[in-house]
Amino acid sequence: MRSRRIIRNTIYHLFVIAFGLLMIYPVIWMILSSFKLKSEILGSEAPLFPTKWIWQNYPDGWRGSGSLSFATFFKNSAIVSVLGTLGTVISSAMVSYAFARINFKGRKFWFTAMIMTMLLPGQVLMIPQYIIWTRLGFVGTFVPLILPKFLGWPFFIYMMMQFIRGLPKELDEAAMIDGCNKYTIFSRIVLPLLGPSIITTVVISFYWIWDDYMGPLLYLSKPALYTVSLAIKGFADAQGTNFGPMFAMSSLSLIPVFLLFLFFNRYLMDGVTAGSVKG
Amino acid sequence: MQATKRRFGKSAGGFLNSDNTVGYLFAIPFIISFLLMTIIPMALSFYYSFCNYWIGSVPTWFGIENFYELMHDATFGNSLLVTLQYVVIGVPLKLVFALLIAMLLTKPTRAQGFYRAVYYIPSLIGGSVAVALVWKQLFGSRGPVVNLIRTFGAESFNFFGSTTWAFLPLVLCNAWQFGSSMLIFASGLKQIPKDYYEASEIDGANVVRRFFSITLPCLSPIILFNLIMQLISGFMTFTQAQIITDGGPNYATNYIALNIFKEGFAYQHMGYACAQSWIMLIIMAAITGLIFKTSSHWTYYEN
Repeated sequence: MRSRRIIRNTIYHLFVIAFGLLMIYPVIWMILSSFKLKSEILGSEAPLFPTKWIWQNYPDGWRGSGSLSFATFFKNSAIVSVLGTLGTVISSAMVSYAFARINFKGRKFWFTAMIMTMLLPGQVLMIPQYIIWTRLGFVGTFVPLILPKFLGWPFFIYMMMQFIRGLPKELDEAAMIDGCNKYTIFSRIVLPLLGPSIITTVVISFYWIWDDYMGPLLYLSKPALYTVSLAIKGFADAQGTNFGPMFAMSSLSLIPVFLLFLFFNRYLMDGVTAGSVKG
Repeated sequence: MQATKRRFGKSAGGFLNSDNTVGYLFAIPFIISFLLMTIIPMALSFYYSFCNYWIGSVPTWFGIENFYELMHDATFGNSLLVTLQYVVIGVPLKLVFALLIAMLLTKPTRAQGFYRAVYYIPSLIGGSVAVALVWKQLFGSRGPVVNLIRTFGAESFNFFGSTTWAFLPLVLCNAWQFGSSMLIFASGLKQIPKDYYEASEIDGANVVRRFFSITLPCLSPIILFNLIMQLISGFMTFTQAQIITDGGPNYATNYIALNIFKEGFAYQHMGYACAQSWIMLIIMAAITGLIFKTSSHWTYYEN
């Protein structure tokens, strides 16, 4: 009986691991390809592991295809992602506090508006938004990519709302008796307790902004302002079949996202399910 | 002194601390963005869809000319059709996949957290340009997937050269990012009371029976949630199609978001592109509405 259970458990783990490897095979293939000679990447004779590890793909890719190196593109992505994430956290925390704790006139209306915005796909608004940014003279700058993030992001507002609703109301009441007003309740009570939800927002919004392709594609026309995602696409188009350096830069572009995931994956997993299931 | 200060503080605080003031002060970022980034663009888009409007020119009233033209636009009709194909095949595939993996990973082992993290990796990076470029080569004519297929005898098989099969790598790329649906299913599975299963086991129900008469009904509200979310994102798929196939071959993967993008920015035909996005929005709203309407018949709420 016991040995049968051990066998069953072993089969389970072997299956889950094997299937997991299959799932991350594309990532493994990309990383291994970034160390290969061009001739070993594609074709029916291509080995999984490089026969000779080629490090040269990395400096070759880093140099870029035009006059700009990937240092510029990583710097641009960092600016957009860090500022965008900062804006998302600040504005979404504020708005979620209003929706979750303050009983103001019109709250129901604005809340419904927020849910509608959350369900409305951004692509539908891409053309009129572009026209507005053009009129304002901000096309070709980071402004259209960063500024809207300071105006709240419905997905994260909703997520933080669920979190604040889970905090006992008695905390607010006790703080009120101790002389707090509704502003200091936010800064001294809600904000510190919101910690886990803020980390979740940081992780998810950072990687969404970092990975974003359509925004930069629409709004950044000068190569000097390209983010990494846009630059890699341009690099791939310019390099043709020179896949080694392209995979090298692709691998590098995923590192910031991976690092965040490595340190905060618990928060990320909680955040994804928040809002869908009460629990 | 003390008294006046308090009284003063109270009256000033009366306005500043009223629910309406605090509420609007904190909600103002969203209100601004809703008006400036959603309502005004939607109104503009609605107006432009009745205009003859090219980038750089002044929009002139056109009546329903754009919509009339759309009815006879074979490219647009085709892009609606292939988008529907993408959604109808891709979304169920992704959800079934997500549910199976979620069930596979409910077994409480010490490695559970680690396994879930590994299975979430595709969702973490799947939307990136890097993965799209990898996918293009992975399923390309000399890539590992095609090599594998060729060893089974299909000598000249090529995904991206075939109008029949080009959609498959895109659908798979989408299904591969099952992570968030999986996590949502997993947290739903955890809430199904254990005694339901125990009771049915005593009654002699087998695994399949238990899945269909306990798991699925209990999960139905979550299935509805995942279905709606995936439908919306499926209808608007853009990045992968733009990078991997750029709509080809012969428009076989020219999904609607991509078509709108090309119409608006490559051909600079803004009014026409706006009309397309409205048609798309109406179709999406109709399908989502229909699902909500029928959902009372197939979702099951405990309370």
